[in-house]
Formats: sequence, C-alpha cells, structure tokens
Amino acid sequence: MIDMRAAVRFNEAVAKDLFLMGLEAPAILHSARPGQFVMLGLGEGADPLLRRPFSICGRKGEDTLLILYRIVGRGTALLARLGEGVDLPCLGPLGRGFDLPEDGGTVLAVAGGIGIAPLVSLMQSRSGRPCECLIGCRTAAELVPLDALVPPDRVIRVITDDGSSGRRGLVTDLLEERLGRKEKPPGLICACGPQPMLREVARLAAQAHVSCQVSLEARMACGVGACQGCVVAASTGAGGGYLRVCREGPVFDAEEVDWGRSHGR
Amino acid sequence: MGAEPVDMRVSLGPLQLKNPVVAASGTYGYGEEYAELVDPSLLGGIVVKGLSLKPREGNPPPRIVETPCGMLNAIGLANCGLDRFLAEKVPLLDNLDTAVIVNIYGHSTAEYGDLAEALRGVDAVDALEVNISCPNVECGGLAFGTDPLAAARVTESVVRHADKPVIVKLSPNVTDIRVIARAVEAAGADALSLINTLTGMAVDVASRRPLLGNVSGGLSGPAIKPVALYMLYQTVRAVHIPVMGMGGIMGARDALEFLITGATALQVGTAHFVDPRASIEIVAGIELYCRDHGIRRVADLSGTLVV
Ligand SMILES: Cc1cc2nc3c(=O)[nH]c(=O)nc-3n(C[C@H](O)[C@H](O)[C@H](O)COP(=O)(O)OP(=O)(O)OC[C@H]3O[C@@H](n4cnc5c(N)ncnc54)[C@H](O)[C@@H]3O)c2cc1C
Ligand SMILES: Cc1cc2nc3c(=O)[nH]c(=O)nc-3n(C[C@H](O)[C@H](O)[C@H](O)COP(=O)(O)O)c2cc1C
Ligand code: FES
Repeated sequence: MIDMRAAVRFNEAVAKDLFLMGLEAPAILHSARPGQFVMLGLGEGADPLLRRPFSICGRKGEDTLLILYRIVGRGTALLARLGEGVDLPCLGPLGRGFDLPEDGGTVLAVAGGIGIAPLVSLMQSRSGRPCECLIGCRTAAELVPLDALVPPDRVIRVITDDGSSGRRGLVTDLLEERLGRKEKPPGLICACGPQPMLREVARLAAQAHVSCQVSLEARMACGVGACQGCVVAASTGAGGGYLRVCREGPVFDAEEVDWGRSHGR
Repeated sequence: MGAEPVDMRVSLGPLQLKNPVVAASGTYGYGEEYAELVDPSLLGGIVVKGLSLKPREGNPPPRIVETPCGMLNAIGLANCGLDRFLAEKVPLLDNLDTAVIVNIYGHSTAEYGDLAEALRGVDAVDALEVNISCPNVECGGLAFGTDPLAAARVTESVVRHADKPVIVKLSPNVTDIRVIARAVEAAGADALSLINTLTGMAVDVASRRPLLGNVSGGLSGPAIKPVALYMLYQTVRAVHIPVMGMGGIMGARDALEFLITGATALQVGTAHFVDPRASIEIVAGIELYCRDHGIRRVADLSGTLVV
C-alpha cells in the first residue's frame, strides 16, 4: 500500500461519458494485481472531500496506471477536467484482487457497463492463456474500444440493450448461451457490473458448476478497512454479518455474498 | 533559531500523552489498518473503534454519503465485541508505542460498567473513552448523552469499575452542552472529549429515498468545525477537567484553533480519509507553530484565546 502523488499522463474521452486516464504511478503498479483498486484525491479543497475508489484498469508501458471511469457526479466531473501534468493523491493498490488459477481452463470475463474496467487488467494479465470476454452495455456509443488495451488473441463478444452493437439483449443472455454450449466450460467466471447483473451471473455460474468471482462496489471513505463504511451482506458464517468491500473485497467468491440481503446501489 | 525542542507532552488528568494529537474513534480502526502508511508511534494516542460487550454487525448499507465539506456515516458501531477484542486486537495494540484509548458503548448503565470491569488489568489499554453520544444506534448511545442524569449514572458506573483514566465523549446534539459536561464532571470523569457527530440526513431526489440505509447518520468533517469549536469554548469555561477537542480538524491551523480555545488535546477523524498522514502532519505543524512563536511547552498554548 503506497500513498503518492501521481501525475496525469493523459486523460481522454473514449466513449460517451467515459474517460481513460493514464497516471504515472510505477510503485503502485508494480505490486498491483488485477481486481485491485486505488483511492484518488480529486480536489485540493474540502468539497468534494473524500477520495474516490477506481479499479486499476490496467497498465500502459512500465509505469503508467490506467483508470477507466464514467462521469456520474461531482468528483468524476472534476476528474474529467484534469489535464496532462497535474498530479493527484493516489493510494493503492488496495483490496483483494481476482484469484486466478496459474494454469486451469479458460477465464471468462463478464462485464456490464463500466464493469469492464477491472476486467481489462485481468485480460492483460492472462496474456498467452485462454481468456474470453462478454461485454454488455446500453448502447454502442458507450462501448469502450478495447483494441489498444487488451492482447489481440482475446475472444470478445458484445451485446447492447438497444441492439446498436452486437445483438440486442443482456450480457447474461450471452453468458447463458456460452455455458449451455457443448464447448468446454470455462474454469472460472470473473464478473463486474451492476449488482442485479452480478446476482444473475452468480446464479448461472452456480447452475453450471463453474466457480465465479465478482467485483463489487460500495460507497467508501477510508479504502483500507478502518471505517466499516463500505460493507456488503455476507452469506458466510453464523448470523451472516457484513464484509468490507475495500478489505475482504472488492473481489469476492460469488458464494460469499448474500445476494438476497445485498442492496443494489 | 529554534534550537530548543518544543515539549509536546500533555496530561489529561492521570493520562499522559507524548503529544496532543490523537486519532478519533471509528476513523483509525485498531491502528493496524494504516500501519503500512504511517507510524502510529508518532501520534499522541489512538482511540480504537467503539467496543460493545457483544459483537455488532452494524447498520445496513449504504453507510456513508458525502455532503458539502463533510460526510454522513451510519456505521452503527459495527465491531467484533469484547471477547474477540481481547483475543485478537489487544496483542496488536500492546505493540503500539502510543497511548491506546478504548471507546466503549453499552445498551445500559450496567453494560458500560461491565466493559470497564472487563478491561481492568489489560495493560495495553491506557484509558477509556465513554461513548454516550453515538447517533447511529437505536437504543442507548445518544439517549445517555442528552440527559444529564443518565450521563452522570453511566459515568459513575464506569469510574467505579475502571482502573484507568475515564474520558467521557459528549454529543453536540443537545441544547446546552455545559449541563451535560458539568454532570459528567461531578460524576467523576477524568476528562471530556467533544464533539461526536451531529445528526443529519441526505435524500436522493431520483429515487426519493434517504441516501443512508439507516435514514439518518452522523455528520463529520470540515462542515462541523465551527460548531465543534464553539461547543469547546463553552465547555472549557464550564468545567475544571481537561478537554479533548475534535470535529473537522483537517490541518495544523484547525488544530491550533482548538488548542488556543482551550483544548488540552485534539482528536483527528475524517481527515484521515482525505490524507492518511493528516494527524502526523498536524503534530509537525503544531510543533513548528510553537517554535516560531517561542512557545516552549505546547501545554502553555492551551486556553490562550483573547476574547
Ligand atoms: C472498488 C471500486 C472500484 C470502482 N471502480 C470504478 C471504475 O473503474 N470506474 C468508474 O467509473 N467507477 C468506479 N467505481 C465507482 C466510482 O467510485 C464512483 O462512480 C465515484 O466515486 C463517483 O464519484 P462522484 O463524485 O462522481 O459521484 P457523487 O457526486 O459522489 O455521486 C453521484 C452518484 O454517483 C453514484 N456513486 C457515488 N459513489 C459511488 C460508488 N462508490 N459506487 C458506485 N456509484 C457511486 C451514485 O449513484 C451517486 O448518486 C468504483 C467503485 C468501487 C467501490
Ligand atoms: C466513519 C466514522 C465512524 C465513527 N465511529 C465512532 C465510534 O465508534 N465511536 C465514537 O465515539 N465516535 C465515532 N465517530 C465519531 C468520531 O470519532 C468524531 O467524533 C467525529 O467524526 C468528529 O470528528 P471529525 O470531524 O474529525 O471526523 C465516527 C466517525 C466516523 C466518520
Ligand atoms: S471504506 Fe472504510 S472500511 Fe471500507
């Protein structure tokens, strides 16, 4: 865990309301695993106050950490205005990343919307090993161009809510088909996206007896496990209880999460 | 210049601190969470997360929402409970080279006493901070902190059972904080700390729902600093025991305002989320100020407000 000031190398729009930012943060990048995140400080003043969590989307070269983000509110709007050369507080790498088998079968990444962010770094790290990716989003304009980001041998299928790119439907439709096919089932499913989507992914994976890891989101304050603010309902242990997304997650085995008690955002 | 080192030690009644800056309960975990980033031995002390007899899973999420210059939290005193605290946390706290203060919370006067009793003889724990001011739990908490009689009873019960200095943490959610402060002093508290969070809420206009799972929560951060400072001002004039001030302290300048107003020591909370090194930089900033102003002992700065 390192707290540093990271300089913005580039910060450009890549799709509707979506930005890709390169941050010079070699020290954080070198110890980071796919699925981990950073807390970025967005302003010098007291408003906005708290740092914001972002998945480490991947790397470019040896020392540039990539963040892929969507503008949803004040903090992300401020982020989108930062230009090259500015530096901002960056704490990471944080949390538990994906637990990937050294060999094993295919890793199947399933992304909903901005959920593609941590899965890019997963695909980067699986270079030379079988890895497929299913992507769902609302419309073609929101689709992040991945050609420059992930190795060319990845099998990527796209589906959109309105049919403007790929087929019309939900990413879970693609997953259901993939799991139903005669093809060798994936060894592991790694998913990130809205909670209702993840719940369905978890259900389909369990039905097909494929292990499944999900990356969750929660409102965070500290990012290191000190404030107990970022919890998600746990299925494990007597009486359930809660797990901290920043510490026990953000990547969980799908069975660790109590999907019934778990709130969407 | 400034060859003479500043004496940063302060005493809160029987509790001695190496410097006046303490990490506030609920914002610093058990010290271990930030240990990779900051050396806790540079702090005057840490107050660990509120402890109850039984484990508490806390409130349903979302538990946090940001508001202008502040945040609302409704954690609900999630904690591992006394048994696990003694087994798992105390050995870690024992290694810390700083004062360890345990923030305690009970459902009844008797439970507060039971916690104090259970912590007798636990050497790793240097003092108790009695939380009668948490706005985020349905029964108890705030109820004890807004009624002078109840506050005094809880204090008495803890003082009777404890073998350590007792600090009582007051709530700002009262009409006149001096009434509670005096009642707690008369009941035997060694020191006071204030303020806990101010009750507040926030609403999502899209869904027309409260943004917190618990509907309401506690407001902290820079937004509450003026309120905290005024309550400190009132309290230090009403009692004779030392007071720890807190509420929105983000940097050394804020900290100095609290010391000058009459605080003997300070607690830093929400600032850690913005910058994990905040409290350590505040120690350095206070020392620098003293040096620049020819103040040899930081304790001499307390209560130097000119009105
Ligand atoms: C571990 C983790 C990894 C994340 N990775 C990414 C990422 O790679 N790319 C990305 O674009 N976003 C990511 N997020 C979400 C991101 O943190 C939020 O979008 C951001 O904090 C919003 O800040 P804001 O100031 O713009 O919004 P605010 O002005 O604070 O809020 C505006 C709206 O944004 C939404 N929002 C606020 N905080 C969150 C949150 N923590 N999670 C989800 N929605 C939120 C709410 O609907 C809210 O009403 C991640 C969150 C977590 C917990
Ligand atoms: C996330 C969070 C959790 C807290 N938990 C506790 C607690 O367990 N016990 C307690 O007495 N105060 C608790 N507090 C209150 C703080 O200790 C402090 O009184 C308050 O936040 C004001 O200081 P600040 O503005 O510097 O944060 C909590 C505050 C926050 C933000
Ligand atoms: S954000 Fe503080 S515990 Fe997770």
